Amino acid sequence: MFGLENATGVEGAVLVIGVVLVEAVLLYLGYGLLERLLGPALVDALRGD
Amino acid sequence: MELFGVALSLLALFAGFGVLIGLLFGFFGMGGSFLVTPALIVMGYDTSVAVASGLAFVFATSVIATLKHRDLGQVDYKLGVLMIAGTTAGIEVGKIGLHWLEGLGLANTVVSVVYIGLLGGIGVFITYTAVRGGGGGISHDAEAEADADDIPEIAKTIQSYRVPPMMRLRGGIRVSLWMILGVAFATGLLSGFLGVGGGFIRMPALFYLIGVPVPIAVGTDLFEIVFSGGIGSFLYAIDGAVDLTIVVPLLAGSALGARLGAAATSIVDEDEIKVYFGVMLLLGAVAVAVREIGGLIDAPVLQLVSLVIILGAAALVSGAVVVSSVRQLRAETTTPTRAPD
Repeated sequence: MFGLENATGVEGAVLVIGVVLVEAVLLYLGYGLLERLLGPALVDALRGD
Repeated sequence: MELFGVALSLLALFAGFGVLIGLLFGFFGMGGSFLVTPALIVMGYDTSVAVASGLAFVFATSVIATLKHRDLGQVDYKLGVLMIAGTTAGIEVGKIGLHWLEGLGLANTVVSVVYIGLLGGIGVFITYTAVRGGGGGISHDAEAEADADDIPEIAKTIQSYRVPPMMRLRGGIRVSLWMILGVAFATGLLSGFLGVGGGFIRMPALFYLIGVPVPIAVGTDLFEIVFSGGIGSFLYAIDGAVDLTIVVPLLAGSALGARLGAAATSIVDEDEIKVYFGVMLLLGAVAVAVREIGGLIDAPVLQLVSLVIILGAAALVSGAVVVSSVRQLRAETTTPTRAPD
């Protein structure tokens, strides 16, 4: 995936773990935005309001 | 149909599995590699790929869960750094003990027995104390001072040893630096000896031995996993063992689950958290025992039974967390506000 199938050594590890870390931060921000936009409506729906 | 050269059905399966694991990870501060690695091995991945990808996934999920707990004020960085220092030293000594047992040819048996005993023992203890404790529990507010009645007796004893320097922790707790390092060393020792991440040891240790409120114990434990998971997955990635086709979709699901799980710690009652955690550990002990028996009598089907128990327990407990959260939200809405006298 992303052309990193054969990434080995310290440089390869930096790239692979870098991709994982960037994905984690992007997902945190992306889901955070979604939570801010949809969270209150979802909580109200769960409360039965 | 494929995406990035991977079947869409496999990506969806991993993403769904990720939501489940993320929920448990965000809620308990443990459970990542405990669930992912055995599942990947049963799916036919090489053990090194399963372990490496599991570690990389745990690292990334702990980053997300820690950021979320930080937003809720549930990470004690000072305690986290001290725990990392003590745990690292403990892991090294634990590894020495493991190598010594390997030399005697007793490592597998001793590690299996200790692992099952520890999982089951902590599970029984937590479930028993939570059920016996009834309602109440420590405040969900991480900034609030911990009520003396809610601090476990062992933690009170440890806090009473006032060997300077004394450290002030979140929740208004004061503990000797040496006591924190001692607890961290002991948890690291077990973690290194058993070859596991140690979230299931560290989280209860922070609460029962140091007296840290449960939500802060979870957040601080996750903060520590960022470092242990990061270093571990980096070392495996050097050998090219981390498979991104596993990690990327798993993470997409777990990022959502971890958010929900972390948010649920602020909604669900403390004693319920402890009961769920205890039940998870008890079923985990049963699953590990079944797997070990399978290896002993050479019955591969028991490996599958073990995985079904683990996944069943995970699905059951995460479902219970979601139901409890929704019930709590609805109870808050329906509870009438008392008029002032």
